Amino acid sequence: MENKHLKIAILSGKGGTGKTLVSVNLASVADYAKYIDCDVEEPNGHLFFKPIGSRTKDVCVGVPRVDQSMCNGCRKCVDFCQFNALVYVGNKLKILDELCHSCGGCMLVCPKKALHETKLKIGEIVCGVSDHVAVVSGILKEGETSGVPIIRQLLGYANGQMDYTFIDCPPGSACTVMESIKVADYCVIVAEPTVFGVHNLNMVYELVKLFNKTHGVVLNKCIDGQNLAEDFCLKNKINVIGKIPFDETLGLMNSNGIIVANELDAYKKIFNSLLEKITKEIDDEAAIDLKR
Amino acid sequence: MKITVPVNEESIEGNVGQSFARSPYFLIFDTDTNERLFMKNDAAESQGGAGPKAAQFIIDQKTDVLLVPRCGGNAADVLNAADIDIYKVKNISVIENIETFIAGKLSILDEIHPGFHNHGK
Repeated sequence: MENKHLKIAILSGKGGTGKTLVSVNLASVADYAKYIDCDVEEPNGHLFFKPIGSRTKDVCVGVPRVDQSMCNGCRKCVDFCQFNALVYVGNKLKILDELCHSCGGCMLVCPKKALHETKLKIGEIVCGVSDHVAVVSGILKEGETSGVPIIRQLLGYANGQMDYTFIDCPPGSACTVMESIKVADYCVIVAEPTVFGVHNLNMVYELVKLFNKTHGVVLNKCIDGQNLAEDFCLKNKINVIGKIPFDETLGLMNSNGIIVANELDAYKKIFNSLLEKITKEIDDEAAIDLKR
Repeated sequence: MKITVPVNEESIEGNVGQSFARSPYFLIFDTDTNERLFMKNDAAESQGGAGPKAAQFIIDQKTDVLLVPRCGGNAADVLNAADIDIYKVKNISVIENIETFIAGKLSILDEIHPGFHNHGK
């Protein structure tokens, strides 16, 4: 079969639902895969893969610096900045790096060319290999406010020779998640059967609909009896593509950084069939698109 | 001396606004002339960076002193650069707080929070 290059994003409304569990196991059962950890505030996929031959690259953003002697206090930059990262105090321009979104607009509007750009390091990208999986992790420096620039660079790694790229998203439905799913062909939403879980499932569900992404739900931590997350999916006609049981062995192995699909046949089966289902769904969607 | 207080309504009998940058109005009280000026706080509608924007505004109004219940780090940073003193209000009306300040009975706000960034509304 020819190279597919399928990009699959794994997301969930709340943390601890099982995004990384699903991501690392899917990558492990795929023949050749790339795993990209976009949860840059607390990346943990590498703890499972233990990649070797890691290379580290700095991620920087551009922030403005002012030459006070050239600034005439016209405040064009202050008025321009939508993030209020510039203020003019005591006949001096003051720059609040933390608020800057690196748009560069202040430098463009300055009539005196008093502003120039400097680079600030906000984090790192680490690339390594683990068996047949290429592992790419983004790490946001402590104290930095936005991981979006790192995620943007991380997704540049999603265009490789691999059949599959798995994008392990940050929790929630905010900017960092939107950035992470932009390039995805398919979104896997991981949900847990709690009231809080369903509330957050609803939020990510709204998000993937808004982005017009083909999607399916994996129900994690399933126990016998009523499943609130499943009820939600039925009610909203959301495709449930897999179920993972609430299993102590799984929990224990996973918390010790073991990829269960590599160790237990039952889980190898679950994740194999999940991957098959996702692939088929993407193929079907592509077929429908062709007809259109 | 000009004293600025964030307020919820254009009244000196009302309460002090709970947030510096997200309160709808500022009262600017001039102790030399007893002039009371209510001004709309445009920063309240900012998506981000409301603190620095509100700080810029009250600096431009030549404020000397700010009376607030609390203040975020970015705003405090800008206010400090302009040598504006920040005092902590008590749970009494706007005018009572101003009178208490003039009597020298309000203390400097020493606790600066890291900012609410849209979560404190």
